[in-house]
Order: sequence, then structure tokens, then C-alpha cells
Amino acid sequence: MIPSKFDYVRVNSIDEAIQQLQQLNGEGKLIAGGHSLVPLLKFRLTEPGALIDISRIAELKEVRKEGNRIVVGALNTHFQVANNQIVKEHIPVLAETVRQIGDIQVRNRGTIGGNIAHADPAADLPAAAHVLDAKIMIQGEDGAETMDMESFVIGPLITMLPENSVLTAISFTIPPSHTKSAYLKFSHPASGYPVIGVAVVAGVDENNMIDYAKVAITGVGDVAYRATAVEEKLLGQELSETVIKEASQYAAEDGEIANDLFSSEEYRRNLCKVYTERALKAVLF
Amino acid sequence: MTKVVGTRLKRKEDPKLITGHGSFADDIQLPGMLHAAVLRSPHAHAVIKKINVEEALKVPGVVAIYTGKDLEGKIGPVPTSWYVPDCDLKEAPQYPLAIDRVRYVGDGVALVIAEGRYAVKDAMYLIDVEYETLSPAVGQKESLKDNAPLVHDDIENNLAFHWKAGTVPEEVCEKAEASVKQSFYVQRVAPSPIETRAAIGRYNPGTGELTLWCTSQNPHIHRMVLSEVLDITEAKLRVISPDMGGGFGGKIGVYPDEALVGFAARDLCRPVKWIEERSEHFTAANFGRDEVIDVEIYGQKDGTITALRVTNTHNVGAYLSTMGPGVSTIDFGLMITGIYKIPYASCETFGVYTNTTPTDAYRGAGKPESTYQIERAIDLFAKEIGMDPVEIRRINMAQKEDFPFTNAQGLVYDSGDYEKPLTKALEMVDYQKFREEQKELRKRGKLVGIGFSTYVELCGFGPSKVAGGIGFQGGIWENATVRVHPRGSVTVYCGTSPHGQGHATTFGQIVSEKLGIPMDDIELVFSDTKSVSMGWGTYGSRSVAVGGSSVAIAADRVIDKAKKIAAHELEVSVEEIVFEEGIFSVKGSPSLQRTFKEIAKSANMAWNLPEGIEPSLEASSYFDPENFVYPFGTHIAVVEVDKETGQIELKRYVAVDDVGRVINPLTAEGQVHGGLAQGIGQALWEGIVYSKDGQNLTGTFMDYAMPKARFFPKFETAFTETLSPVNPIGAKGVGETGTTASTPAIMNAVMDALEPYGIKDIEMPLTPEKVWRAISESEGK
Repeated sequence: MIPSKFDYVRVNSIDEAIQQLQQLNGEGKLIAGGHSLVPLLKFRLTEPGALIDISRIAELKEVRKEGNRIVVGALNTHFQVANNQIVKEHIPVLAETVRQIGDIQVRNRGTIGGNIAHADPAADLPAAAHVLDAKIMIQGEDGAETMDMESFVIGPLITMLPENSVLTAISFTIPPSHTKSAYLKFSHPASGYPVIGVAVVAGVDENNMIDYAKVAITGVGDVAYRATAVEEKLLGQELSETVIKEASQYAAEDGEIANDLFSSEEYRRNLCKVYTERALKAVLF
Repeated sequence: MTKVVGTRLKRKEDPKLITGHGSFADDIQLPGMLHAAVLRSPHAHAVIKKINVEEALKVPGVVAIYTGKDLEGKIGPVPTSWYVPDCDLKEAPQYPLAIDRVRYVGDGVALVIAEGRYAVKDAMYLIDVEYETLSPAVGQKESLKDNAPLVHDDIENNLAFHWKAGTVPEEVCEKAEASVKQSFYVQRVAPSPIETRAAIGRYNPGTGELTLWCTSQNPHIHRMVLSEVLDITEAKLRVISPDMGGGFGGKIGVYPDEALVGFAARDLCRPVKWIEERSEHFTAANFGRDEVIDVEIYGQKDGTITALRVTNTHNVGAYLSTMGPGVSTIDFGLMITGIYKIPYASCETFGVYTNTTPTDAYRGAGKPESTYQIERAIDLFAKEIGMDPVEIRRINMAQKEDFPFTNAQGLVYDSGDYEKPLTKALEMVDYQKFREEQKELRKRGKLVGIGFSTYVELCGFGPSKVAGGIGFQGGIWENATVRVHPRGSVTVYCGTSPHGQGHATTFGQIVSEKLGIPMDDIELVFSDTKSVSMGWGTYGSRSVAVGGSSVAIAADRVIDKAKKIAAHELEVSVEEIVFEEGIFSVKGSPSLQRTFKEIAKSANMAWNLPEGIEPSLEASSYFDPENFVYPFGTHIAVVEVDKETGQIELKRYVAVDDVGRVINPLTAEGQVHGGLAQGIGQALWEGIVYSKDGQNLTGTFMDYAMPKARFFPKFETAFTETLSPVNPIGAKGVGETGTTASTPAIMNAVMDALEPYGIKDIEMPLTPEKVWRAISESEGK
């Protein structure tokens, strides 16, 4: 596979990246790990005039705790995220999720910022982002702004990332300390993408009542979604297998479930229930 | 004598390959080399109205662009090499570039030649082709119908060939106490070698010699066919297969692309390189299988099978590939009864043209399909009469004393002892214990199942007079020359053409044991028509049985001559010379001896040779076996089905194969493992799917599920050794056992797991959704 001709420029700061984007006037495309962009280039599905390499901008590589949130710089590779002490300690579901992305090569090169900015409907990461109330941190021509996942990703491969701006980091809520979490995935045998991926963060209080429940599902439709119907059925209930089973029946409620060659909408609706039930059991029992 | 044959030697080929010193087609760089790309049709069926290359020619570095019309009269059609007789075979000419009509997505439309790979691609995208699309014929059953679009206007009903063998008298069916009818689809799959196809042409205008490096499993067949297509004598055409990353049958075929590269190199008098891209491979390289198989099996309630009727409707694609017509006829139709003594059998095969990529031989070619239908049918028959799947096999299989055994279609199986691997495999899996555990697990709602495949395959192609009889356009004998150099090392020239099988190791072991010299003193030369006098290549598990035998015979001839020289030097008669472990000694006087190296020197120096003995120490063999070989065995799969999702977990896989003499157990196991991955892949994951308009919906590895190592449990393999009487080694062939045996073993295991639901069959591949649906539908009943 051979891409069409493009120029290449490396930038060393966010400001420089924004300047380049402005100068190139829509012809420039940011590249970091390249694991979403390069396949598109090879198929000539995208033909940018220039690639702006942001992979060496140091300020995009930080991971830090800020109050009740963890901020992960956009340039962290999946491997780095999965093995980061702060992430493992405070938001382990993120580590568990990114550990299941692609294969070793993809995890070594692909970045968390690139993954979110690409907005692949079949990606693993959005499930974890949703249960951790991720905020997308953006720097653009007019300064910094923050968006939540729902308003950032509006369709398959379509985001609200403003023109001439850089996704700089993603910040995640630290769930209460008594909660536990899991990411349960059914990998497509060819692509390795989730046919379904369910992320759960949940916990019970001292009376065995479910007091925290975040469930998000990816891979089954155009965008990943929070299964709020499931969460509502769980919250305030005393933990039991029946409660989990009944709540899981609503797993497909909040999503738009799609057909593809490998699995129909009907089958995916079934998977939503089964995988949500199994993920909840893994977390709560 | 030191044992070399039968020992687990590591592959001689590997250090080179794993340290990056291999030389694959893409490693070849020639001065002044140009690059080529083929623009391919995006439509399954269309008329070419106009091709405009003006813009493309403006791209800097573009040297030439050829269309089908430009090549008319300059390059011939690429023919099939298997004219199966008595089946009204109709061959449509396949020109290397489509002239006025494209017939599948991937059909070549224009050839672009430029100074670099980027220029080639940039130009290719600028060629403007105006098409008028036509309705395509896609599935084989629909394409046979009267109102189906015609792929080739003069070929009625798209019927490429209609072949029949055997008859089943109606009264046999009427008298049967039980019968089962079932339709199976052995789906289209992509052989997917890790290296795609490639060709490099170099023309020497001084000598008129054209050298073509190409990814061929059979360079001499390529030379023979391309010499006709390119109108050049075989003496001036040299075909070389460099190191290759697999073939699996997909590189047997002589392809239009290879002819185009040869043509362009000669036309432009500059070297030309073409490397196929992976997505191109998914449209333009031959696929395998794609056969709808309708089976009727008849028998008695005591388990005796009395008759088998089979119809195979084979999707051959848009053109007949090199081996294509033989796959669903000879290879399939004569083997439909498997290991069983079924008195009556018939097979009718319809070869159907469609607007899809051609299909050709794929690892096993015909035998996996024949094994699939009989091993599935016998299980269904056992279910029908309430008999254990092992028992029904034992009742019907040919017994040791039946050999040589003639099957219902008249093939004579060389040797066999089917009980031996069956017993061993049952022990390994502990069948009785499994059935007890299964009962317990079923009570707890767990769906576990066990599946059997007791197979036999036709391998080791073969006797050449049979090749002629079945319309194969080649001899299938094999050639080897063993050349002993003055200081005692040896070069062996072979007509087979390895591309991952490890023949340098296994053939080396044969020579090492024969001549009593170290492996390091033996070099093997394959795959070059200029250094190897003749050969028919590597496919059909023939290399050791035919090629290895030829090597053994040539080595024996070297020893015969060397003995005469040794006897002369030691002043005794030849009868008194004993040759062991590389030493010629005199019977009764072991201190009187000559080493192999000493005789090598004597023969080459020729200072003191016996009368009538010519100098040099070299011998050749042109071995043509008296029969095919028939490897066999028992494979057993154990699976668990997740009833909520339909996902299948392969818990255990036991393979006991009898491939005759095992030259190297390590490489033989490797062959079994690779074959299993592909055969199990066919059952569970792989499948090329076309849309109604003839687009391949599974044209990348994002959708086409090639199995990965982590999909499999640790394979439990073993061999039994029943030697073949038809070659001097006793070998049978191991390359295709895995694909032949494993597909039905997996299916039978899953159907056994689903028995509580009364599910009898699900079409391959067994995707979780299909299994889940079958369970849901049966629960709904």
C-alpha cells in the first residue's frame, strides 16, 4: 500500500502545532502514533497535504492526579497507560481496557489521544472513558476548552474537535474507593475490535445496597454509550443475581445497535444483555 | 547405520530465514529495474467502454501503460492445466488483461510500468476507465439457472464442466432401512500465504533469454505454460522461485500477472518488478473450495452403509484456474467414500462459471471436501439409527486385510491399518471417560461435545500414465540428481519446489543416511529451471513420496558406482564390499576400507578407475511411482459451546496421523499443526463472502478471520507408521492431513455438543451468531 504524496513537519510545542494547522489551512493533519491515520493513508481514504508530527511534544506526555481526577496526556501510548502506576492505582478499568486494545505493536505505538480523536465506533477505549466520566481537554486558537465524551463524539469517525486545535489530554474521574471495575470484551476473530465491550465500575454500601454503578458499552453501534437504564435499575437495590439479571435486560436500551457482516442487531442486543450481566457479576461478586 | 531418517532435526532452512538472510522476491534488486502495478476492475461484470490513460502518462517516471487491446496478438491467453476428460469441459480464454469485458472484481484492466513504486501507484489512480455495468452471476446454484447472467456469452448456463463417476442402483436405495440427505457448503476460503504473489522479469536482448523470478510452487510448470503464453522457447525462458512465504495451493496457478511482467520486461528491455499488495491478493489471487455438496447416504439399522450419492456444485469463478477443474472432479469425486467399504457410490459434479475470482487447489484440494461430506454424513447416519460415531466407523471401515483396498470409485489404496490410529487417538482422548463427564456436564447445562474424523486422502501425485488418463497437463514423476564433489561434499538437484515445507532438511536427511555423510556436507538445489533439469513441483503432498524417493534412488546409484571404485582400489570384487556409515570396507577384513570422501576424490580425479567406469560421481533418478499414496488417521476434537452467546471453545485436539515413513517427526508435526490451523479455520472462522453484486465483503484481514495461534489449545499429535509399498522410502505425505481431517472433526464435535437441542447441521464457518440462532430457534420450538 502506497499513500499519495504529503509533506511532513515536526512540531515541538502545542502552540507550534496550532500555528502549522492554521498555515496549512485545512490541509494539515496531526500524527502521533499513526495507528489510525496510517491505514487510512494507505488506502488513500484520506490524502492530507501535510502531516504535522506532534509525537515529541513533552507537555502532552504527562500523567497526573488533579484533585478527584486523573489527567492523562494525549501522547501516552496504550502500553504506557496500561502500565502507569497512577492509572493502575486510581482508575484500573482504564488500564484493563487499554491492555486489550489491538496487539502488542498497536499498544506500543497507538496513543490514547489519537484513539479518542479518531472516534472509531468499534474502539475499546470509549467504554472506559464513559464509565470514568472522561473530559476531553482541547487547546485551540482561542485557548483551552473541555468537552465530555457525549458531546465530543457525535458519530463514527466524527468529533466536535474544533478546527486548528489539539486534543491535549483526557481527564478521568477517580471512582469511590469501595468500587470495583472490569472491562469484558468479545473480540472479533479477524480485527480484534470488540464485537461488544462492556466497562463497569460499581460498588455496594455497608448494607449490600448498590450505591455506585456506571456501565458503558462499545462496539455494538455507531458510538459507544452509557447504559444509563441499567445503572438506574441497579442503584439503590440490594445486590443479588436477580437484580443484576433484570437490570442487564436493559443493556441495549440507550444505544443504537447496528448490523454488520459478523453479527446482526438482534444478536448484538443479546450480547449486550449477556456481557453486561457477566461484567456486573465479575465486579459485584 | 546411523539413524538420520526419523530423527527430530531442526530445520536447516531456519537460521537463514530468522536472521533475515533469506532472499524473497521483494529482496531482489536489479540495475535499472522498473516497477509494475495492475489496475483491476472494481466491478464484477462490466463492459469496458473506454480507457483514458492520458493523465496517467503525465505522471513523472511513468514508462508505459498497456491495456488489453494493446496486448491483442502479442500475448496469448493463460490456459488451465487440467482438461478433465468426458465432462464436456468448456474453457473460456483468459487474456492477461481484459479486452472488452471484465468478469470479476480484480480482473486486470491495465498494466502500469514506472520508475518507482510511488509513480506506479499515482499513475494507476489516474487511469480513467469508463464501464457499463452488467448483472453479475455470483452463487453457483443461482448461476446454473436458465435466467442467470452469462459470464461468457457462448457458455450456456455458465456450465464449465459436468462430470460423473460411479452409479448407485435405485433398488439399493429402496432397500435401505435408513437414509439421510443433507446439503453442505464448503465455503470459499483464502489460502493467504504470509507472502503475497510477486514476479520479476529480466530480458537479455543479446541472448534472447527471459528470466522470470516468481512465487511459484512449480517453476517448471510455469515455464511450460508461460513459454506458450509469451511465445518463447522453454530453452530461452528461465523460471526461478526464490525463497517463498508459503503457498498452500494459491501459488500453483500460472497467473496473468506473471505473464504480464515477463511480457513487459521483454517489450521494454528492462527489468520489471511486480509485488502484489495484500488487498489485491484478496481479489486477484485464486481462492480455494466454494463447493455446495448434496449428499444422500443409505444403509441398514445395524450400521452398514450400502450406498452414497453425492452432487458437487463447484464455483470455479470467472475462468478455469491451473488445477481448478480437477479439484471437484478427480480429487473429490473418486474419494467420496473415504475409508469405508461402501459398495455403491456415485458423484456428479457441476463446475460453474461465476463473476468471482477463480478458485483453485487449496491445501488438500478436493480431499478436505470429500472428507467433510463423508465424515459429516456418517455421523448424521449414526445419529439417525442411534449408534455411537466410533462404532459406525468401525463397522464400515476397510480392514487391514483388505489392502490393497479398492474403493467404490475404483481407486486402489496402497496400504492402510485404520484401526491403529483410531485406537491410539481414543486412548489419548480417553473416550469412555469423556462420555461419562459429558453426561454429568449436560445435567449442569454445559454443552460439551466430541467429534471424530477418520480420514484417508489421495496424495503423492503420482503415476504419470494416470495423470494422462485424468487429463492433467503434466507428467508427475520426479527428478533428482546427486552430484558428489571432489572433496566429498554433495549437491542434490530436485524437481520439487519447497516454499516452507523444509525439504532441504528432510531430503538432506535421506541423503545423509544413505551416504553416511554429515548434513552440513549436503546442499539442496530446487526451484530453478536452469539448474534443475525437470520437475513437477510441490503440491498434493507429493514431495517426499515422489521427490524424496527420487533422491533416495539417485543416492543408491551413487553408492553403486562408488562401490565399484572402492572394490577396484581394494582389489576385491564388488560383492565383497560393504558400505556402512560412509565407509566402504571388505567383508571379513574390516580394516581394508575407503571413506566416502576418498572415493569421491578418486572418482573425480579419475587417476585409477576400474575398466568401463567413467569419471565423476553423480547419478540421477527419474522416479515415476506405480500408484498414489493414501495417508490416513483419526482426529478427535473436544469443544464447549457457550449457550448464551454461541461462542465455541476448542478444549482439546488430538491428531493421530499415519503418513507412512516419517522422515523428521519435528517438521512433520509442524506440517500437522499448520494444516490443523487452516482446517479448523475453515470450520470456525474463515470465509470469503460476496455481496449480490459480486463485491468481496471480506477483502481485508479486518473482516477475513485468519486464525491466530492463541485461538488454539496445545495440539496433541502422534504418528503411526504404515509404510507405503509404492515408493522406496515407504512415505505417504503429511502436508495436507490437517486440512483434510480437522474440519469435519470440529463440526462433528460442535453438533455433538448441541445434541440436547436436536441440532443436526449448521453452515460453516460456525460463527457465534449462527450457533446462538440455532440454539434459540430450537428452544423456541
